[in-house]
Amino acid sequence: MAKTHEIVEKNVGLMIVLTLVAVSFGGLVEIVPLFFQKQTTQPIEGLKPWTALQLEGRDIYIREGCNTCHSQMIRPFRAETERYGHFSVAGEHVYEHPFLWGSKRTGPDLARVGGRYSDQWHYDHLMNPRDVVPESNMPGFPWLDDNVLSGETTGAKMKALRTVGVPYTDADIEGAQAAVEGKKEIDALIAYLQGLGTFLKVKR
Amino acid sequence: MTGIDFTAGWVNGWIITIVLINLLGCLWLLWWTRKRPEDPIKDGESMGHSFDGIEELNNPLPHWWLNLFYFTIAFALIYLTLYPGWGDAKGVLGWSSVGQWETEVQKADNRYNDFFEEYAALPIEQLAQNEEVIKTGQRLFGNNCAICHGSDARGNVGYPNLTDGDWLYGGTPDKIKETLTNGRGGMMPALGAALGEQGTKDVAAYVLSLSNRSGSGDAAAGKEKFDMMCAACHGPDGKGNHMLGAPNLTDDVWLYGGTEDTIIETLNNGRQGKMPAFKDQLSPEKIHVLAAYVYSLSN
Repeated sequence: MAKTHEIVEKNVGLMIVLTLVAVSFGGLVEIVPLFFQKQTTQPIEGLKPWTALQLEGRDIYIREGCNTCHSQMIRPFRAETERYGHFSVAGEHVYEHPFLWGSKRTGPDLARVGGRYSDQWHYDHLMNPRDVVPESNMPGFPWLDDNVLSGETTGAKMKALRTVGVPYTDADIEGAQAAVEGKKEIDALIAYLQGLGTFLKVKR
Repeated sequence: MTGIDFTAGWVNGWIITIVLINLLGCLWLLWWTRKRPEDPIKDGESMGHSFDGIEELNNPLPHWWLNLFYFTIAFALIYLTLYPGWGDAKGVLGWSSVGQWETEVQKADNRYNDFFEEYAALPIEQLAQNEEVIKTGQRLFGNNCAICHGSDARGNVGYPNLTDGDWLYGGTPDKIKETLTNGRGGMMPALGAALGEQGTKDVAAYVLSLSNRSGSGDAAAGKEKFDMMCAACHGPDGKGNHMLGAPNLTDDVWLYGGTEDTIIETLNNGRQGKMPAFKDQLSPEKIHVLAAYVYSLSN
């Protein structure tokens, strides 16, 4: 017994291989099956990819780090479904690359914020959150009202997403720049926010 | 909501096999490193490893400790059997996160439904006097409405004050319920192009005169244009119309501000205030209680 121990302990290469085998068990059994599970790979009925403008809005959401303070994941607890609406289901997120579930809620969850407030409210709130919610500690994002999108890369982004399975049509990609060009960043972000969580038919 | 549903048949076997290999591997490792009577080095003696004067002695794990490791393996097998663990098996307990949520919601419904149903049958005027209803409505308001109308319901620029008794679409219980259920969409058109710069000033002057103030334009000229373009919604006397959500222009309640500059801005660009519909988020019974709270704010 002592001898076999020594073989592993004195052989760094072998030790690395065995370590990798040991730590891969969890991933093999918990992550790999998700690629073959209907709930996680098949879109819910009526799910559509983001429009060109919403897609740009989503990228602004990532750029400004919204996902560090806002989650997009309503867990199946009554306290959450009472406040935010129906719990999130995996099929809502199959076109998300990467998903923006987040893990921290300094602000409220946004998984079903779409349609909850008016466009004007989102505008006021993004410019200066305290104008509408005096208690808020969210920073303002007034530069989104100044920055204008060129749409030069929107089509390329959609093409890239298509290669990983988002069903954009050729027409979507060709029309992407025209749909985005000249629009303000804040309007793109609002378009994205107003779409969040709206595809699931049951809201509560 | 069904259980796990795999797109490929082999995944089930894959999960079960790897989990078993893992558990058996742990078991084998424990067994292989066990203490044996034929070991040449006795307890407490040196293993022959020495580094920087620190020596490794043969001190095996206490039995109770070692047994805890065997126990974790037994625990894993029991746990995997009780809960969904072996591939797509549902587990002996039939537990699922959705099932747990349903039980939780059912329990709450059993507790609160009577309350909501009892109150759904009563008229809102009566509920508005009931302290318990008001408390419940206030919670609903805080969660759903306060973000625009403010936690004190006094509103904000562009978001109506709900406590002042002045209503765009009417403040009867039925109208409040209608507003909550289906939402409202303001539709003041942009008139800047039609009125022209001087025309806009004149109309603003007339609108200001309705509340006994004066502007830089010619109110008399403004009145002519007002009768033509504004009176259809705001009425010939400017007192507004609840059917259309057209505000009364003769009082001192201004949703977007009542200065000359703001009135000119409103005329130029129009206003499209929007109250979202809540029929998807809130049940009719909850909307009833919420409406009673909103009604109580000004009655």
